[in-house]
Amino acid sequence: MRTAATKDASTKDAATKDAATKVAATGEVATFEVILKIRRNNPEASGEHEAGAGYWQEFRVKVHSTERILDALHTIKWEQDGSLTFRRSCAHGVCGSDAMRINGRNRLACKALIKDLHPSRPITIEPIQGLPVLKDLIVDMEPFFASYREIMPFLMPSGDAPKRERLQSPEQRARFEDTTKCILCAACTTSCPVFWTDGQYFGPAAIVNAHRFIFDSRDDAAWERLEILNDRDGVWKCRTTFNCTDACPRGIQVTEAISQVKRALATHRV
Amino acid sequence: MPGGSSLYKSGTGMWMWVAHRTTGVAVFFFLLIHVTDTALVRVSPEAYNQVIGLYKNPFMGLVESGLVAAIIFHALNGLRIISVDVWEWANRHQNRLAWAVWILWIIAMAGFLPRHLGHVFGGE
Repeated sequence: MRTAATKDASTKDAATKDAATKVAATGEVATFEVILKIRRNNPEASGEHEAGAGYWQEFRVKVHSTERILDALHTIKWEQDGSLTFRRSCAHGVCGSDAMRINGRNRLACKALIKDLHPSRPITIEPIQGLPVLKDLIVDMEPFFASYREIMPFLMPSGDAPKRERLQSPEQRARFEDTTKCILCAACTTSCPVFWTDGQYFGPAAIVNAHRFIFDSRDDAAWERLEILNDRDGVWKCRTTFNCTDACPRGIQVTEAISQVKRALATHRV
Repeated sequence: MPGGSSLYKSGTGMWMWVAHRTTGVAVFFFLLIHVTDTALVRVSPEAYNQVIGLYKNPFMGLVESGLVAAIIFHALNGLRIISVDVWEWANRHQNRLAWAVWILWIIAMAGFLPRHLGHVFGGE
């Protein structure tokens, strides 16, 4: 194309070059400035704040439109304030470490795109509610995992171990397919108003993981788990507010799973 | 929000639950008064008449409107909650059912209010 030195060709060439620049301009990732309002908490007293007293702090960060809240938190920690504390591991929505309350709703920081969060206004970031705050955005997950362990989240078959794999039909698998997706991030449990006021409640995540085994045809301990969830702090505490279903970053129909467990208990049928 | 944490920005589900609780507590207090004033008839019919007579003023007429509004909402939303727990379709469409509750509530109130307020303010 570039070998022809005629006037026509050079005009065409210039036009193509122009178009190429335009494409580069539109393809370029936009950057903008955003204010993050972060709920902070230091277990040690500092000059300004008492030990364990929560307070809000604002940070101004330059971000790309492709970036997520987790990227902005990294920018703050690495470039502005190294004392900012939060959990994260895989950073791709699988490990479930970085659930936090972002703009008043539980989400994973690694899945929340900043441009979707009305970045023209300050974005609020808080620790998830209902579990003790250890520092800044980190909460003590132990009570959450204690409830999880209580429902015995492992296969409990009866009889001798078979010589080959345990077979299951697609229909049998479909019954608990949805609840296998849980990553134990606690976004559901800490979005539940019942859990906020009563930490004894098992919470949606534990029930979801019980559901995953209760309705598994290969498991034989459904009634042991159902008996545990029949407790006064079990499924009957669910008031179907649907906060858990809305908060789940994996799209699990949490309230529906809880209702299925309730129905199993009410009808004595799994 | 300056001091504590922010209000949770939930969908309709949580606000329907809050409204259900609020109307439930309100209806409970009405029942408390209602049982007490009805029991009064066993103490003395005159005292009963006197207490019931106290209710016959415009202010209590408005309180009664609120009471009926609370009971109708609580009843309709109660049906929504039951269906959400027993019926998978309702569970998936709880949002639409919440709207249905409000629409039925408006229809019921539209039937009740003109008649009731007519009695209260019509001097009958």
